[in-house]
Amino acid sequence: MTNNASEPMTAATPVRALLSKPWIWAFLAAAITFGATSLIAGSGAGSLFYAALTFASFSAIVGIGQMLVITLGPGNVDLSIPASMTLAATLALKFMDSETAMILPGLLVAIGVGIGCGVINFGLILLLRIPPIIATLSASFLYQSLAIWSNRGLRIKPPEPLAEFATGGALGIPNIAVVGILLAILAWVVLERAIAGRWISAIGQNLRAARLSGVPVNAVRFGVYVNSAVCAALAGFLLASFSGGANLNMGTEYMLMSIAVVVIGGSSIGGGNSNVPGIWGAALFMFLIVSMLNSYGLGAGIRLILTGVVIVGVVALASRKGYDV
Amino acid sequence: MSGDRLRLALPVLSLVVLLGAVFYLQPRAMSYFGLNLLFNLAIPVALATISQMMIIMVNDIDLSIGTFVSFCACVTATFVHDTPVIGYMILAAAILAYALLGALIQLRGLPAIVVTLGMSFVWGGLAVLILPSPGGASPEWLKTLMSLKTPLVPIAVVAPLVIALAVHFLIKRSWVGVILQGVGGNDRAMERAGWSLVRLRASAYGLAGLFGVLAGMSLVGLTTAADANIALRYTLLSIAGVILGGGEFVGGRISPFGAVIGALTLTLAASFLSFLRLSPDWQIGAQGAILILVLAVRLVFIRKGAVA
Amino acid sequence: MQTISGAPDAPVVALDAAHMSFGPVQALRAASIEIKAGECVGLVGHNGAGKSTLANVINGRLTPTEGAVQYRVSDPAHKNSENAQASGVRSVFQELSLCPNLTVLENLRIPYRNMPRKGWRKIASQKMSDALDLVFPGHGIRPRATVGDLSIAERQMVEIAIAFADRDSEPSLVILDEPTSSLDAAIAQQLLDHIKRYCSEGGAVLFISHMMGEIFDVSTRIVIMKDGQIVDDNPAQAFTRQSIVDAMGHVAPDDDAQGSARSERELGPVLVSSAIGLNARRGEIVGLAGLAGHGQAEALAQIFFDHSSVWKSGKRPEVVFVAGDRARDGVMPLWSILRNLSLTTLPEFSKRWMVDRPAESGLVQKWKDRIGIRTNNLLNPILSLSGGNQQKVLFARALASSAPLVVMDDPMRGVDIGTKKEVYQMIQNEAAKGRSFLWYSTETDEILECDRVFVFRAGEIAAELVGDEISEENILHASFEMQEAVK
Repeated sequence: MTNNASEPMTAATPVRALLSKPWIWAFLAAAITFGATSLIAGSGAGSLFYAALTFASFSAIVGIGQMLVITLGPGNVDLSIPASMTLAATLALKFMDSETAMILPGLLVAIGVGIGCGVINFGLILLLRIPPIIATLSASFLYQSLAIWSNRGLRIKPPEPLAEFATGGALGIPNIAVVGILLAILAWVVLERAIAGRWISAIGQNLRAARLSGVPVNAVRFGVYVNSAVCAALAGFLLASFSGGANLNMGTEYMLMSIAVVVIGGSSIGGGNSNVPGIWGAALFMFLIVSMLNSYGLGAGIRLILTGVVIVGVVALASRKGYDV
Repeated sequence: MSGDRLRLALPVLSLVVLLGAVFYLQPRAMSYFGLNLLFNLAIPVALATISQMMIIMVNDIDLSIGTFVSFCACVTATFVHDTPVIGYMILAAAILAYALLGALIQLRGLPAIVVTLGMSFVWGGLAVLILPSPGGASPEWLKTLMSLKTPLVPIAVVAPLVIALAVHFLIKRSWVGVILQGVGGNDRAMERAGWSLVRLRASAYGLAGLFGVLAGMSLVGLTTAADANIALRYTLLSIAGVILGGGEFVGGRISPFGAVIGALTLTLAASFLSFLRLSPDWQIGAQGAILILVLAVRLVFIRKGAVA
Repeated sequence: MQTISGAPDAPVVALDAAHMSFGPVQALRAASIEIKAGECVGLVGHNGAGKSTLANVINGRLTPTEGAVQYRVSDPAHKNSENAQASGVRSVFQELSLCPNLTVLENLRIPYRNMPRKGWRKIASQKMSDALDLVFPGHGIRPRATVGDLSIAERQMVEIAIAFADRDSEPSLVILDEPTSSLDAAIAQQLLDHIKRYCSEGGAVLFISHMMGEIFDVSTRIVIMKDGQIVDDNPAQAFTRQSIVDAMGHVAPDDDAQGSARSERELGPVLVSSAIGLNARRGEIVGLAGLAGHGQAEALAQIFFDHSSVWKSGKRPEVVFVAGDRARDGVMPLWSILRNLSLTTLPEFSKRWMVDRPAESGLVQKWKDRIGIRTNNLLNPILSLSGGNQQKVLFARALASSAPLVVMDDPMRGVDIGTKKEVYQMIQNEAAKGRSFLWYSTETDEILECDRVFVFRAGEIAAELVGDEISEENILHASFEMQEAVK
């Protein structure tokens, strides 16, 4: 009986129901830019789609981690993502030393590095009681140095099968995108169907009320920060395998990208509300807008400016008055 | 000792300890020339830190300061050098843009982190447009100013302290500064007393823009050229400098002297580590470690203060 | 001190049948009051009687939903708050309005909008010292001290001094809400003396206090509020302490069914006890009474935090919490009714990591019927419910758990009387099944539901009442300092 009020309505107007999903806008924007780009590029719509999926995967993977952190509420953001990516990639590639047999242990090293970074990040937040932004920032300096130290300017190639996996694909879908989509599905299941997801959202809406409702707040926050670092580590591992080796600047653009895809994807910056499909829509959009501007012959400068204007515009339009940071 | 003095004691102490260690390791640094080298980029870093401090003063955070300083440096090295009138107009417009951003953030209740993050793309893009490849030249007067030979102590040390003093008078002594700090301290009380938070936040952001512009200009005066990525690390450095200098993220507790000393400490930390013959690999990491260490020490201080 | 010439007898402020409602809650009903120069009006009443609302309407922060407010300087083109400011109405509230990062003299600059700009520090310092010396001679507060470094009492003194300070205009009416709550006796006396002096010189004061001694000491007139209405407004001589307590008290519930229910239950061993002496036995309903803000909420929170973990969550929680301040402590504003209700019990009804959704909707449906949440769709947002129904959701969230102890922090705020009756019955039933309740309430008829009552005063337990000792009179006697304001 209780559901009758809503169900006929959604059935009658599926379009409206779809439009009410916050993530649809990111996909619409991505589709429009895709259309506009393929018009210019002409023949290359297929390869554009392939490239978009590939590059969006990296943004999506780090974005998923960042999204959970941001969902924890105001002040929560992980600024160590680029450094964790670089460190995990560097150490894992060094460990594998281009040996095929070491691929799985190498992956485990990368994930282990991610776990370590997450533990340190949350340890600083909890023990030094410093805001997450400065904790993750100062820790990222350490990770960065560690990466520089272990890298020593050498560019170690990923094992051949791994590089093939990272650059390859099947049925027109890049392998990396499969990984990114699987992770997104996993994140969706956790957020929408698991107890942990409820807890994360509750903390993001009201930490105090969550604590008073019996939510184990520290355990949840710990898990979320570790998860973010692991996502970053995995993205770093895949990116290094994809681009033929780790380099020290490989993570730089993902600091801004990880936050941008969360915001554009329709998650609430105020916390409590996350949006998994939107991450993918936004990641595709962020790549496609760059390629669109490229194919229209616009330079890097205009691309950056438009990206910034899009982010500020989305935030300004999406926010409600009276929201406190 | 009052809270403010105690707050300042820690950064001063860290700077003195670090300076002592540098002189111990490298006695030759204890000279006019040596100091100038040690604090080479202290002026722009100090100005950028002051800029960040203005934002932190009103409980926000600016993730775009690095790209903004780069943008200002590019403008200085091109327009200000070639067509000064247009150049200064661009810089003035940039300050105005910062003020408008502050007003927008207050009016719509936006999260400053995300807005400034977006703006960092915009400034970065503008910088690339202006100066696609490293180049440009410093206006003569700026070059002269930055290589001024001050008596006894080099300008790289004098100027930051003069800047700190000026900002101290502006923020800590003048009534305008007091009202601006009030926004961070208790914005609801400010609103109740009839102050316009929109105007106040816009003013704080405008000041941040002004000091960002000055940072960019002084940077060009020192390096005599610019590129679009010249100051990217200033975002992190400036936040770290403010916090190191005793500032806090919330509550409008900031100290111009502390911020400048924090900036000097971070500049010096890099030099110190190179004297230690520590490989340059570890320099950034050591800066992070110093930051964590200071925050840990401060926590102990605060705990003791709470018990006493 | 002078009043504005030409209108010496005009009231500083006059309310005519002012109503103030927040949604369905009527915080102020038909309040009419005039305050003239030279008067000190003592305002008393229970928590939630509408004292703060009245004060906020007078100082212009709230605009009444009906009725009129007249100030001495009343320009209809301006907002109430501007007129109040222009008329010299100033207020000191319990929530501090100082900026802790600024110094004492700088804090004077904030309300003093038109301070001369040249040499303002000297002027502010002088005015601040003058004001502090005037109200609290021998205070020992330096105008250059940072407010954050001052003790709570000193901050309160600064705030009071700023209200009395000579600024753009002179103060004509100063509203003081529990101004002595954090002051010690000697300093409180200084304030009371100043209020008397100030009023005799032609100023007016609205003095809100729970301290009977203070009220009688300073007031020329006493106003008593109850349930959002002014129930008595007479010269101070017309009252005795007892008559005030009688006038603001509630009528005890006339059905004594609960009394018998109370005695029928069998109590088990002591289940929890805290450092300050609070304890509860199995199956017992323990009340925490006393005036708001005397440490009851903190004591409850402490018990909850001591018996729950921030690191793990099990199938058998020891304690659950029912919030009274829904926005701060309870409601998840983005969520549906269903999700709000099931939050605490998720690990209990789910098997492992995943939410058992059929079990969830079954549980929520069961509690919706049991506690009577009025909605046709449990997937509606929680904020679509009225305050009382939101509160029912929070009750259900806690009661659905298997935890043997339920901690309730004044959970009936803004709840209508019908709901209250239902919930009382439910609590009695649950207690009969062996659950213990720790119940902080600001309402006497709720406290009368309890088996045992701890009365709090100034963070400590002032009295423990059992059985027939639990009466409105005993609670009031224990929670008000019936002696002079000496601690």
